[in-house]
Amino acid sequence: MTPRLELRNITKRYPGIVANDDISMSIMPGEIHAVLGENGAGKSTLMKIIYGAAQADSGEIWYDGKLIDSHNPASSRALGIEMVYQHFALFESVTVVENIALSVSSLFDLDTLARQITKLSNQYGMPIDPHRRVHDLSVGERQRVEIVRCLLQAPKLLILDEPTSVLTPQAVAKLFETLRQLATEGCSIVYISHKLDEVQELCDSATVLRNGKVTGTARPKETTSLELARMMVGSKLPQMRVGPPTPSEAPMLEVRDLTAPSRDQYGIGLKDISFDVRGGEIVGLAGVSGNGQAELIALLSGERTHDSAAAIRIEGKAAGHLNASERRKLGMAFVPEERLGRGAVPPHALWENAVLTANRQLVRYGMLDRNKAAGFARDIIERFKVKANGPGSSAQSLSGGNLQKFIVGREIALEPKLLLVSQPTWGVDIGAATFIRQTIVDLSRAGAAVLIISEELDELFEICDRLLVICQGQVSPPLIRMNTNREEVGLLMTRVDRGNGTNGRGERALQN
Amino acid sequence: MHFRIEQRPEPSTSMRIAAPVVATLLTLAVGSLMFAGLGYDPGTALQAFFITPVSSLNGLSELLLKASPLILIACGLAVGFRANVWNIGAEGQLIIGAIAACGVGLFYPDPESPLLLPLMFVAGASAGMAWAAIAAFLRARMNTNEILVTLMLTYIATLLLSWLVHGPWRDPAGFNYPQTALLPAAAMFEPLDYAYRVNSSVFITVFAVVLMWLFTDRSFLGYKMKVSGAAPLAARYAGFRESSAIWTGLLAGGAAAGIAGMAEVAGPLGQLSPQISPGYGFAAIIVAFIGRLNAFGIVLGGLLMSLLFLGGEAIQMNLGLSSALTRIFQGILLFFLLAVDFFIFYRLRRIPEHA
Repeated sequence: MTPRLELRNITKRYPGIVANDDISMSIMPGEIHAVLGENGAGKSTLMKIIYGAAQADSGEIWYDGKLIDSHNPASSRALGIEMVYQHFALFESVTVVENIALSVSSLFDLDTLARQITKLSNQYGMPIDPHRRVHDLSVGERQRVEIVRCLLQAPKLLILDEPTSVLTPQAVAKLFETLRQLATEGCSIVYISHKLDEVQELCDSATVLRNGKVTGTARPKETTSLELARMMVGSKLPQMRVGPPTPSEAPMLEVRDLTAPSRDQYGIGLKDISFDVRGGEIVGLAGVSGNGQAELIALLSGERTHDSAAAIRIEGKAAGHLNASERRKLGMAFVPEERLGRGAVPPHALWENAVLTANRQLVRYGMLDRNKAAGFARDIIERFKVKANGPGSSAQSLSGGNLQKFIVGREIALEPKLLLVSQPTWGVDIGAATFIRQTIVDLSRAGAAVLIISEELDELFEICDRLLVICQGQVSPPLIRMNTNREEVGLLMTRVDRGNGTNGRGERALQN
Repeated sequence: MHFRIEQRPEPSTSMRIAAPVVATLLTLAVGSLMFAGLGYDPGTALQAFFITPVSSLNGLSELLLKASPLILIACGLAVGFRANVWNIGAEGQLIIGAIAACGVGLFYPDPESPLLLPLMFVAGASAGMAWAAIAAFLRARMNTNEILVTLMLTYIATLLLSWLVHGPWRDPAGFNYPQTALLPAAAMFEPLDYAYRVNSSVFITVFAVVLMWLFTDRSFLGYKMKVSGAAPLAARYAGFRESSAIWTGLLAGGAAAGIAGMAEVAGPLGQLSPQISPGYGFAAIIVAFIGRLNAFGIVLGGLLMSLLFLGGEAIQMNLGLSSALTRIFQGILLFFLLAVDFFIFYRLRRIPEHA
């Protein structure tokens, strides 16, 4: 049988690095093939080359037995190759259906298309409203749009770049069903992930990349995750140390009856949210993206202020009306979900980005202390092993994982009493993710209160002491991590969708 | 052979420096074509435009005299532009500053007082700031568009000036010309040399350039403005108030323009008339961008723009060409500058046929 896709000796260089070095692999029709590797291993570049969004410097691509000479995303789609990018390629100012219409060549009847989208998305358990504007969608919802867009094309080769990081366990199961169904219909699937258990569950074969080279191929179902991880990381895996929590007497963060209307018609309003976070413990907030997390974190961080000062208290002091800088004075620090443009200013140097939140240390008499700021940034770079040329490199020149280490490092260097973290390890490789998690655990065990908002349940179960679940703007009572499980949390993540009797179910789930 | 435009991995530093030079050269090239098309020898015309005006001490004095308000205003505007606060009404703020300063100069009870000039300075600066504050208030409170508000306020200022010089402030001994009485000597800046018009107000501009550099490059407030401009979400994340960037940006521009207006009446003009500015407030926007919103770049941009003004006058007098050429040169220069700017972030790459 001819392979659906065959890569022969693909090499791609960027200034300074070899992103892909002599890579060969082949995928049969109906095969689900994993491409495993840490961030920066060259997975995304390779996928771009297959999709035609980047051109290889040398090497050949064969598709259904034919050599592809020169191609671009449009000609790839004509061949039946579809790709869901890790960083989404959607136009933010128009609606879902208009976005999808742009990549569908045959149809331009928006009403029909909208009906198809609704049908297909419900069928695959990823409901989306085709008439919402993309800028109102959460990251998770945007991902659904991308997946549904590809499915509409009935692809022959589907490339998925870390598709599950923002889905509930139930939705992941549903997606896997969909993918298996597609595979039995003859569609080949290239599945990029760093989640070994998923790869083992779903994929027939795997190619492992490290530093742009193929370091191994495997049958994931017959290989242990330890072996796969070794191929990926190339050395011993870092181990997490999570000691028992040491909760303080008084809560560091108190949220009482926090209610806030949504700021736009598609946002989620928050209803009567109450919870505490104590010093010395890590509380996780689970939930499917788009259920009010963005609104809640903006209110907690002070990016959005609240009329009722007492709704949020930091170390007992009413803080609802304070802005982010005033809350930092009370001992808060915050790592946001978006690194570029929110947690850091992309074109600014790292030392300038240090001043962003560490300004109380780095500003004297209204003037910047440049030397001190450079020293501060250099300390973070060394202590958190950030790969950067120095305090003068711009934030946007760092890889996602390295910038995240820098931002986490900066916030921890503020010695916070309360740390808010949103999606701490999104798109960060295993080594860096473990390091970031360990740093957060250490901070907590040294007495700080930590609230983590994440859509990755594995992460929350690994390091949190208590879990909250947010759904439709409401937060569940806290669950003790030791006494709960993924299924229970997964149910709470989707409870309100099922009508009014669901609160009762949530409480029952708690009592179990 | 294909060419493709692609984004540079990092903005090019050498292009950033070369861009203004390349844009100037292209402007000269197109200018030559234009003169040739009009039937003049490009060499002579360009010489008359760019060389003759500055080949005498008087010419240099005039160059500084015109560059000074341009640089001063551009410095003030750049503070706001860096934070994406678009004050394009500096012309109006200049006029209001001139009116307030002239009012103090004319009606202060003691025309000999040594306090007169400092008072006029304060009046000019405050009036310019007050005029800009209207736009700042509306933007900060009601989210109106400051581009429109500042521009419309310019028309109001122009008409207010016109009404004053035609009506209540008209010089009774002025043969019915629409102009005020001449300011007393104590209300005028001392010329650096009585043979030439350039006066001590250029030191205000020098001071403003240094201040602007300190503010944008070293101060925390300037840093906050830069963050607000480059990444508004990061500014919110850090807890920098958006309204403070709006107020600072507009007030800085207003103060600079008001002071420039004051320096015009207390310098070369000596009185108010319906036309007190040859468009300094608008030209300063171009100067700010030619100077890359950087203090020292603005100095060079201001000198170049001033030369364009002088050259326009020179060819009008020497060759009998229309002074509209000045505007055309300004337009061409700005056009090329923005076009060349594109190549700081992008590059043209040749792609072999078979790829």
